[in-house]
Amino acid sequence: MSLGKEVKVLLRKELLTEWRQRYAINGMLLYVVSSVFVAFLSFHVVNPSSWNALFWIIMLFTSVSAVAKSFIGESKGRMLYYYTIASPQGVMLAKMIYNTLLMLALSILCLSVYCMLIGNLVTNIWAFALAAALGSMGMAGCFTMVSAIASKANNSHVLMPILSFPVILPLLLVTIRVSKKAIDGLDFSTFMMDFMVIFFINFIITALAYILFPFIWKD
Amino acid sequence: MQKHWWKLVGVVALYYTIFRGFTGEIPQLPILEESIRNLYFHVPMWFGMLLLLLASTVYSIKYLGKNNPEHDIIASELAYTGIFFGILGICTGMIWAKNTWGTWWTNDPKLNSAAIGMLMYFAYAILRDAIDDSEKKARISAVYNIFAFPVFVVLIFVLPRLTASLHPGNGGNPGFNQYDLDNNMRLIFYPAVMGWTILGIWIANLRIRIKKVEKIINEN
Repeated sequence: MSLGKEVKVLLRKELLTEWRQRYAINGMLLYVVSSVFVAFLSFHVVNPSSWNALFWIIMLFTSVSAVAKSFIGESKGRMLYYYTIASPQGVMLAKMIYNTLLMLALSILCLSVYCMLIGNLVTNIWAFALAAALGSMGMAGCFTMVSAIASKANNSHVLMPILSFPVILPLLLVTIRVSKKAIDGLDFSTFMMDFMVIFFINFIITALAYILFPFIWKD
Repeated sequence: MQKHWWKLVGVVALYYTIFRGFTGEIPQLPILEESIRNLYFHVPMWFGMLLLLLASTVYSIKYLGKNNPEHDIIASELAYTGIFFGILGICTGMIWAKNTWGTWWTNDPKLNSAAIGMLMYFAYAILRDAIDDSEKKARISAVYNIFAFPVFVVLIFVLPRLTASLHPGNGGNPGFNQYDLDNNMRLIFYPAVMGWTILGIWIANLRIRIKKVEKIINEN
């Protein structure tokens, strides 16, 4: 089977299993809404900087818990089954694409609930949306890979944040800076460089995950 | 002697660095004043750390290619020695910051990047401890090591250059070599880089040998 077709089949399977056991996705949606609500209750007056930081912290924790389950939750038997029928690259790409879709959906939800409760401070909404989309994609890719690494160790739920936070920080810092510029309503031309950096980091992470995953998944 | 000459070179270079570093001529510059001598300690320690971490990544790649357990020992011990040098670099940097910027730590991109980079390698150490099976430990930690190094490079070299930074060589600040690293200082700086790097390799070398012996003892 060609890689493209394999990824398509595996992606379909991911979406199907998610649809069949809706508690996982519903749990994630509730997680986002309740963390935004906690933030809303604990902050009363928010200036643009804290608005931005708070949004990204919620996104960070949401994505860690949403993406962590991609490998950590998989049973041993199912991994063994993949091993016999699919290529590692196919499995990795399918999981990454699936997690990217999941993260995009979660970020849209998070942003709308956040704007509704705490208020919308963003001036350049398209730039902010683009930053949020690129940031979510990067987080999805990075956390998918780290979740594959952590799933092989004992106590993987503790390892997941330890391993992933330092790795995601460069991306997160640039994303936070871009979104701050978008909040302040700066022109697109001022953050082209930052978008390039985000793109570059995303590319490195995805490429490394693609190359390194075959070494992780065998047991 | 043919095998050990480099250690002698390292020892001589370090003695020279420490002796000349504390007593040698320095340019009289405002704010920096005597603290410029830290150039012989702080900067070479970071060079040494980068080299050790790069070598560690290379051995991790080698391990994944050949599955030779020896490469795993080398990669992990190089990384641990790199962490040690990183901590030394941060400590010397903090002393320098206290004397020139007036505070031990500031919210500066270069400093924060360095701290995050160290967190990444601490996580590497924890990951190694969290896996029992030695073959699996070697494989998974090699993957994380290779995954972490490019991010570390982006952290240290790309991000601080994008924003304003107090640290020399970043955010539009000139590096030392532009106007204040005179030829007199170069004569000490280059041996210092050599000396500290050799010391790092030596420490790693001893640790690797200890680990190999331990492995042989455990197997019998």
